[in-house]
Amino acid sequence: MSEAIARTAAPLPARDQLETLVADILGEARRQGATAAEAAVSFSSALSVTVRLGEVDTLEHHRQRGLGVTVYIGQSRGSASTADWRPEAIRDTVKSAVAIARHTAADPHAGLADPARMARETPELDLYHPWPLSAEDAIVLARECEAAALAHDPRIRNSEGASVATHSGLVIYGNSNGFYGGYPTTRHSLSCSVIARDDSGMQRDHWYTLARDRAELEEPAAVGREAARRALRQLGGRQLTTRQVPVLFAPELARGLIGHFTAAVRGGALYRKASFLLGRLGSAVFPPFVNLRERPHLPKGLASAPFDNEGVATVDRDLVSGGVLQGYVLDSYSARRLGMDTTGNAGGIHNLIVEPGPCDQAALLRQLGTGLWVTHLLGHSVNLVTGDYSRGASGFWVENGALAYPVEQITIAGNLNEMFKQIVAVGNDVDARSGIRCGSLLVERMTVAGE
Amino acid sequence: MTLDSLTLARQQLLVPAGLGEDDLQRTLSCLLGHAIDGGDLYFQLRRAESWSLEDGEVKQASHAIQQGVGVRAVSGEKTGFAYSDEIVPPALLEAATAARAIARHGGDRPPQAWRTGGRPALYQPLDPLETLSAEGKIKLLEQVDAEARRQDPRVTQVMVSLAATHDTVLVAGSDGTLAGDVRPLVRLSVTVIVEQQGRREQGGSGGGGRVGYGWFLEEERALWHAREAVRLALVNLEAVAAPAGTLTVVLGPGWPGILLHEAIGHGLEGDFNRKGTSAFSGRIGERVASPLCTVVDDGTLADRRGSLNIDDEGTPTQCTTLIERGVLKGYLQDKLNARLMKTAPTGNGRRESYAHLPLPRMTNTYLLAGESDPAEIVASVERGLYAVNFGGGQVDITSGKFVFSASEAYLIENGRVTRPVRGATLIGNGPDVLSQVSMVGNDLKLDAGVGTCGKDGQSVPVGVGQPTLKIDALTVGGTQA
Repeated sequence: MSEAIARTAAPLPARDQLETLVADILGEARRQGATAAEAAVSFSSALSVTVRLGEVDTLEHHRQRGLGVTVYIGQSRGSASTADWRPEAIRDTVKSAVAIARHTAADPHAGLADPARMARETPELDLYHPWPLSAEDAIVLARECEAAALAHDPRIRNSEGASVATHSGLVIYGNSNGFYGGYPTTRHSLSCSVIARDDSGMQRDHWYTLARDRAELEEPAAVGREAARRALRQLGGRQLTTRQVPVLFAPELARGLIGHFTAAVRGGALYRKASFLLGRLGSAVFPPFVNLRERPHLPKGLASAPFDNEGVATVDRDLVSGGVLQGYVLDSYSARRLGMDTTGNAGGIHNLIVEPGPCDQAALLRQLGTGLWVTHLLGHSVNLVTGDYSRGASGFWVENGALAYPVEQITIAGNLNEMFKQIVAVGNDVDARSGIRCGSLLVERMTVAGE
Repeated sequence: MTLDSLTLARQQLLVPAGLGEDDLQRTLSCLLGHAIDGGDLYFQLRRAESWSLEDGEVKQASHAIQQGVGVRAVSGEKTGFAYSDEIVPPALLEAATAARAIARHGGDRPPQAWRTGGRPALYQPLDPLETLSAEGKIKLLEQVDAEARRQDPRVTQVMVSLAATHDTVLVAGSDGTLAGDVRPLVRLSVTVIVEQQGRREQGGSGGGGRVGYGWFLEEERALWHAREAVRLALVNLEAVAAPAGTLTVVLGPGWPGILLHEAIGHGLEGDFNRKGTSAFSGRIGERVASPLCTVVDDGTLADRRGSLNIDDEGTPTQCTTLIERGVLKGYLQDKLNARLMKTAPTGNGRRESYAHLPLPRMTNTYLLAGESDPAEIVASVERGLYAVNFGGGQVDITSGKFVFSASEAYLIENGRVTRPVRGATLIGNGPDVLSQVSMVGNDLKLDAGVGTCGKDGQSVPVGVGQPTLKIDALTVGGTQA
């Protein structure tokens, strides 16, 4: 093998190099007349390899720098970004931001986050586990993963490949109130996508494992076998006739439903009055057994963060307790617009845990009885202003708790307001591969459209 | 002429770095020092800005610069890729060393001599960010806001954004390709919220193309989008539950052409067909649509959002016939997949940026006009859905199942368009859906220029279009069973 195939992803630069850049940007902003400023400098590095039918398909080395600044001149603001770290680029980028701020209207709500809310210390969240993986070793892992899928069943005859990727990054954020903070993170993944074929046609499915620490990844062969199992079980899908039925959402889709909830309680949607959950603070959005807890400091958590994108300390909180909405998802701008305080969610939610119920998947299928188990969704027809929901679906028709046959080319529709209230069970089959950790969700009734 | 674009690209990308074409040859030679079939360098400088209005004022705007060079080496079906966000000779060589690692030492072919070509440019090599002053941009946004609010007292929120990118690229390939392109792109989007007796609905409209900002000021284009966004929101205030089930669907002209993008276009991209993973794989020459249907992908339309003088591998774009009178004719190819399938590239090798690998992608995909009067098409339907505006769509290219989401639709009852219905997903099977087309209108229209297509995590601007179409059976995902 050649010299470069043994290469690993590029190492991260020293933290103080990035801190110095942030300080330079803030200093330059001050010199150019900004009354306040905030800046972030980032570096990320990745190696990814895809193997298809046993041969290398792609080998990619990624290395990306970033630099972004927002300046305030009084209450007017402007933002600019570049990938160039040279002093003249910093000067030009600040100049662009200042030029914008000289034209934008004063906004009484604009500004840095409240200094009293800045994170005082950075708790160790165990987010950095570099994997000195060479391209050569990555190829071996990807081959092992795909081979397990192809060997699983003779009907797995084709593949889109197996991929191994390792990513590390460092972001330093600072603002003119004196806050500086940043920390390195890693993220590793292994995925496989294969195609099952029989007389009924072709079906493709995939599986993946994703973690901060490579020690927590599933075994390559297990990932391959699961991808194969998923593709196979969809063969021979039929349409259903149009009907109203209970619907069980698989965990990887259930977290999407919870994602629609978080999008609707986000400050930007609320102050624009563009949310179907407007004005619902303190009222029941879900049934009493539903609890959603934000836990930003989970060790190795995929959405863990000691502070948000404005430097505001993140804290544990209950977003929904006993089905009742306890708070919104706010950054300091949207909070000021709403006359509230930031919830430390600039940049998003930090690990939302949907409290698992007692049932595993088999028990949920029994509880579903006769209805639809959805394992794939297609399309994005979700209207957050009205809550109207209509998406393409495939999965399984279930009769008396047992899988009857795979179904495809149908839609499921309802309104999120009603769907949330009609959740009758939360599974304990939690999918932890995301910032929203959720088990299966069983919804009492939705409209299925088909033949 | 694209030759001018090449000169501009040299000045923007190579000259500041002190790079000459001999440096490019040296880097390509470094790639070819390994047993690879070929490789290319993709230099890019992209400046982008966005101005947005909310509450009647422009309170936010941003400016971004992105630049770098991507280096790719290809050997058989293998691709090695690395990039640098510094355009300097050592970074170029380092990226080349990383990219060529897919193959062993031992190549000694020199890169081919440069071939540069030219044809009349499809759009001006202008910098759209400079086509209007900051004051002018703010005034335009404020006019759009005022126009929207003027339409109806039920308008409670108006959000408008104006964005431009100025993208300069230069491609140098070991096959002798040396080409440059300067790609302007502007976009205006309007979203409004209306409220009536506690019910809130939203409507949106937008447009753009490879032009300067002045285009929005001509023919009241910007103001039209303000009026259109309000009209849509008000229609939604009256909307009743959409039907659920399989029924006759009439699609309006223009943006509903997203049907072709999802149902047909993706499944005909060369990579999926080379790998045999598409529901259309191996079906060239077969009838996949009614004889009324001819579908093309055309990257050569002047000033369109999906158009390019050259694709991101330096291949001139073209008009490729995908389906001719119902028969499957061709695939969309980049260089890699064309070579492996022993056919010619079609100018569809596109990438989001220098930091991404090229893939076969669509440009402007549309269905050619037929002969029916649109009014007659609607009148021919006893009970059905008339869908004229859409949100996004998605396809599973392997099973062929696709969806697209109607955002403005009406019931057709006894040949007449009656009540508006709520947004709903339409679902079908790509290789079958055009077989159900029984009438094609004479009103071909292209979309207004807002489409963005995602594939493998890469976004590129695209266009779609079609005339009014009657599809005898399509599943409509409403709630009214």
